[in-house]
Parts: sequence; structure tokens; C-alpha cells
Amino acid sequence: MGVVYILWLREVKKYLRSRAQIIASLGSPLMYLFVLGFSLGPVFQRAGEGSYLQFMAPGIMAMTVLFTAMFSGIAMLWDRQFGFLKETLVAPVPRIWIMLGRTLGGATVASLQGTIIFLVTLIAGFRPQNWLLVPVAFLIIVMIAVVFAALATAIGSTLKEMQGFQMVMNFLVMPIFFLSGALYPLKGLPAALEVLTHADPLTYGIDGVRGVLIGASHFGVALDVGILTAVGAGFLMLGAWRFSKIDV
Amino acid sequence: MPDGPIIRLQHVSKKFGEVVAVDDVSFDVARGETFAFLGPNGAGKTTTIRMLTTLTRPTSGTIAMDGLDPVTHPTDVRRKFGVVFQDPSLDQDLTAWENMEIHGVLYHVPRKEARERAKLLLELFELYERRDSLVKTFSGGMRRRLEIARGLLHTPTLLFLDEPTLGLDPQSRNQMWTHVKNLNKSEGVTVFLTTHYMDEAERVADRIAIIDHGKIVAIGSAAELKAQTKAESLEAAFLALTGHAIREEAVGSADRMRQMAAMWRRR
Repeated sequence: MGVVYILWLREVKKYLRSRAQIIASLGSPLMYLFVLGFSLGPVFQRAGEGSYLQFMAPGIMAMTVLFTAMFSGIAMLWDRQFGFLKETLVAPVPRIWIMLGRTLGGATVASLQGTIIFLVTLIAGFRPQNWLLVPVAFLIIVMIAVVFAALATAIGSTLKEMQGFQMVMNFLVMPIFFLSGALYPLKGLPAALEVLTHADPLTYGIDGVRGVLIGASHFGVALDVGILTAVGAGFLMLGAWRFSKIDV
Repeated sequence: MPDGPIIRLQHVSKKFGEVVAVDDVSFDVARGETFAFLGPNGAGKTTTIRMLTTLTRPTSGTIAMDGLDPVTHPTDVRRKFGVVFQDPSLDQDLTAWENMEIHGVLYHVPRKEARERAKLLLELFELYERRDSLVKTFSGGMRRRLEIARGLLHTPTLLFLDEPTLGLDPQSRNQMWTHVKNLNKSEGVTVFLTTHYMDEAERVADRIAIIDHGKIVAIGSAAELKAQTKAESLEAAFLALTGHAIREEAVGSADRMRQMAAMWRRR
């Protein structure tokens, strides 16, 4: 267990040390929140859906978690390149521990970023319906972080070069974000889009956070949590398997 | 302690597509000996070390590390050795001390002992004053020294040193070999090393194997190799065995990544 802890600690330490990275990574969520939030707000209101800021704030939190968690996959490519990955791979510990330490570290960092965005949305005017449920929302945020950090580990273990990650960002991460219902309600979508949104694990994460924070859930929080748990377990297994196959 | 050689390779080959990096290699390394593995660039040294250290699997042939197959028992095999890689493998965003700390945990060195040994080794390699500096602020030589200090933190049965002295000044080289020799004598650590410095090999190694184009071309003590080639020095013997032509190394994906990184940094 010491191994999992020290590798987790490594990720967290590196995150807390890189202030520039923390600030830079807040850029795009802030753009979405302020530009989209305030520009689409009136239209959303006129359509009878209430406050757009209330609606999209959970989506932006989840988006931040998604991007940060997926970034931990890039960190793995850096480690491969600068050699530290090799140091961990020849150590006499089962690779599953190494994988867990890294993945949980990445998930923790993503959750911390999500928490910062939560505070920013409060400044922007977002108000949770029930403050007592905020810890529950945080738990769902952590689940989203684990799901995507595990996916990032699986991808980071498979890719050998940096260029590949650009593809992953464009053809996997962006679709996951845009199909998740982060920016629009899930009801009344065209059939094709409905299928795609339902196949996106982030959809359930965001729906769960919304259910807890603003009391508006499409699927019901229990189903959301169930699906996140199942997908998280699946991705962790996939990540562990891919990680065990790394050949440096 | 079980008998028999600590490393045994039998007809080991490793192919990357069409390229044969290691071609039907067989040799033994005895317990407690210092074994130098020499060869020109691209001869198959590092690939052999990568197979022995469980990082890659042989295409054919068998390897026994203290009787265990690294392909089927990787974790057990990893418990037996320590390694200093030819390429850097430090975490540059952490301090020297943190790098040592992680290594101690990865190798199950008890906390107190790990601290004492880390202090001792960092002092030995004159890095203790800089223990709380990030590795990215270190010079090339300091990184190399840290890498070696870290490799010696736990006491393995078998120590791999892949060109450990590359880029080190004579003082540090001397420190390092003295320490390694001591480990070898006092704790019976088997040392498997590669180097391009023939004087080093001659000074520390009990036995030397020379590999070229993936095949072992000679094996024996420095004196035997010199006698075999009727050469004055080990360097002359090495050149007699491997020829004078300069080798080109294939550029692997890791090298391409490093070039990419250099580009990213410049931006």
C-alpha cells in the first residue's frame, strides 16, 4: 500500500507545485462559464428552462474534471519519455499498485480542479439547491475523475508518442464533452444524438451532479451512480490490463 | 543461497521486425562476479539488459535469473536486482530527496534504513547539500550521480549498470567504482556493467564479454582477451575483435519522443 500512496503523493505534489499549470487549465472552463453562460442565458430563459448558469455550472465542473483526468494520460507519456516510467516498471511491486497509485493521483488532481471550478461558479452566481448535498455532489465528481483517469491510464499505456494524444483529444475527449449534455438539456434530442449521449459515461456523471445540486436529473441519481460505478470498474480493469502490457 | 549461475542465457534472440538486435546469445554470469558487457553502439547491450531486467521479452531462447524466468516470474526477478539505466529515469519535477524516497518505497526498504542510506549515498556523491532542489535544476553530471546513488539505495543481489559513468568527471567515476567494488566485496553483490571506457572495464571486471552485431564474439578475463588477440591493451583487443567501422544506431520511438520534447521545450 505504501507504493500506491507514494505514487499518489507524487502526482498531488507535482500538481500543487505547478501553479502556472493550475491557472492555465482554468482558462477554458472560465470561457465556457462566462461567455456561453451569459450569452445563451437569455435564450435559455425564454425557452422556459430557467437559469442557464444554474444548468451549465455542473457541466463545466465535470468538463474540468474530464480534461484534467485525461491529461494524466499525457503525463504518462512524459514519464515514458523522461524515463521515470522505467524506474517504476522495474521495481519489485505488482504493476497494478503502480497503476492504481498513478490513476488515483490523477483522479485526485482532477477532483481538486473540479472543486476550484465549483468555487468559481459560486462567485459567478451559481447556488446549489441544498448545501447539505454538496458533499454528495463532490463524491460524484470524484467518481467522474476516477472513470476518466482510468481511461487515461489505459490510453497512456497504449500510446507511444505524443502525436497520438492529439488524436485522442480531438476524437475522444471533445466528443465525450460535447455529447455529455454539459451544455444542453437531454430531453427532446434527435434520435441519433440521443443514442450517442446515452452511450457517453460523462452524461451520467453530469446528470448525477445536476440531480444533487439543482434537483433536476434526467435519469435519476441512483442510476447515474450505478452506471458510473460500473464504467469506472470496467475502465480500471482496462487500465490495469493495458498497464501490465507496457513494453518500454 | 541456491547454487548455479545468477544469470544464465541460453540461445536468446530478440528481433524488432526484420532487425535482429540480439542473435542466439548464450552465457553465464557467476554469483559474486563483476561482469563487463562490452560492444560498439547498437551491438545489443542495452537490449540484452532490457530483457534481463524484465522490460522486454526475448523473441526466443530462455533466460534464468537466479533460476527464475523473467517472462513468467517478473516480480520475483525484479526483487533480486537493482539497475542504473543508460537513459535518465529520474523524475525531474521532484527533488533529489523525493526521488530517493520513492525508490526506497518501491523497493520495500524500511523507512528508517532508507533515510540513513539515502543520506549516506547523497553525501558520498556530494549531492546532500542539494537534496531539496528539483532535479531539473541539476547539471548532467549531478543527475547521473543521483541516478547511481538511487540505484544503490537498496542492496540488490545483482546490480546492472548500463554505461553508468557516461558524462561523469574522473572524480565521480572513481568514487562510484570504489563504492561498487566495496559492495561487491563486502556484500557479495554481483555486478553486470556496460561501458565504453575500456580502462574501467579492465580495472573492475573479473570477466568481460564482447558483443557485436548481436552475437558474443569473445568472453574471458581482460588478460585472456588480450592474449587471444595478441593485443597490448584491452582497447586494442576490443578493436581487433569488433573492427574499426563506426556503427549507426537505429532511432527508436523513445529517441523520437526525446526530439519532440526538445521541440516542445523550445517553444
